[in-house]
Amino acid sequence: MESAIDAVLHQARVHQAQRVHRIVLRIGTLAGVEPDALRFAFDVVTHGTVAAGAELAIESVPAQARCATCAADFTITTGFIATCPRCGQLSGDLRSGRELELARIEMS
Amino acid sequence: MNSEPATPAEDFQIHPLSGAAARPGRQLSAPLSAELAATLAAAPAGAASVRAVDLRVPLLEKNDILAERNRGYFLGRGLAALNLVSSPGAGKTTLLERTLDEFGRQTRCAVVVGDLETDNDGMRLHRPHAPVAQITTGGTCHLDASMIARGVESLDLDGVKVLFIENVGNLVCPASFDLGERVRVVLLSTTEGEDKPLKYPPIFKSADLVLLTKVDVADALGFRRDVAVANIQRIAPQARLIQLSTRSGEGIAEWYDFLRGLLPSR
Repeated sequence: MESAIDAVLHQARVHQAQRVHRIVLRIGTLAGVEPDALRFAFDVVTHGTVAAGAELAIESVPAQARCATCAADFTITTGFIATCPRCGQLSGDLRSGRELELARIEMS
Repeated sequence: MNSEPATPAEDFQIHPLSGAAARPGRQLSAPLSAELAATLAAAPAGAASVRAVDLRVPLLEKNDILAERNRGYFLGRGLAALNLVSSPGAGKTTLLERTLDEFGRQTRCAVVVGDLETDNDGMRLHRPHAPVAQITTGGTCHLDASMIARGVESLDLDGVKVLFIENVGNLVCPASFDLGERVRVVLLSTTEGEDKPLKYPPIFKSADLVLLTKVDVADALGFRRDVAVANIQRIAPQARLIQLSTRSGEGIAEWYDFLRGLLPSR
């Protein structure tokens, strides 16, 4: 969370913002990050900064893997076990789901 | 290491907008829209200074950049770096001791080992023929790319072909920190449960190689190897799997073959 706030405050300085209103994070479902824990940390680390009181939005990025047999991507719905819904093959070829990104800042 | 600020990643994007000129797909949030409308109403035309910035900044950006720098450095030196991760006590240090004594006699190896406190592991691994650096993190639960850069800087890497990075014993946090390694090795010992891969999937998901260690005592412990192997393959079908015992020597030759496969072919 500190790295997110560092990035936000850096952007706020670059844009000479007085206040940050809203922050959007993109988090993959397999990123190993718990949105509730992030929200909790967010209030603590923004305290006393230009981002204090900002709204925190978290966009979840679904995990996708590619099935080598079907040569097609599929969404992983079974946690960390990526089983192709067409042929039942396990896939180790993760295409998305590990994102941990600062996607957007709204500031003035 | 240097203290220069992290530079943006290559796919870093920034699209500053000014005033209400938001294009489709970049709508402002309701509270900001309201504030923007109020500002516009109060200010002369075009004088509002509210901005929305769309970007894609990885949150571990600084670490990722340093990791790529490490990777380039290792590549330039023709060095294969392996990041060994496991829970405490899975046998990382014991495996490395034997590896340095045998494999390390023909191929020059170096070790960077991380722990919260003490240089016990560094002392265990210390060999006249192998440079070893101990990193004590002072409480941090993982190694990061800057620690590796500093650790490596302290070693004489002349002629070194394989760099082992023994991470802090922890199956959670090291998953998120790229160190610039070429191979991520995750160890699971038979003194742990067969279901560890299911309980700590992120680290196994990120593995290039999984070592099932201490297989010599599996039967005595009632550890079902077939179940553990099936669990590893479900979570990490991308990973190569080697079953070994540092004590009995089972599987050790296969491990050395794997290491030899990383060396540049001449």
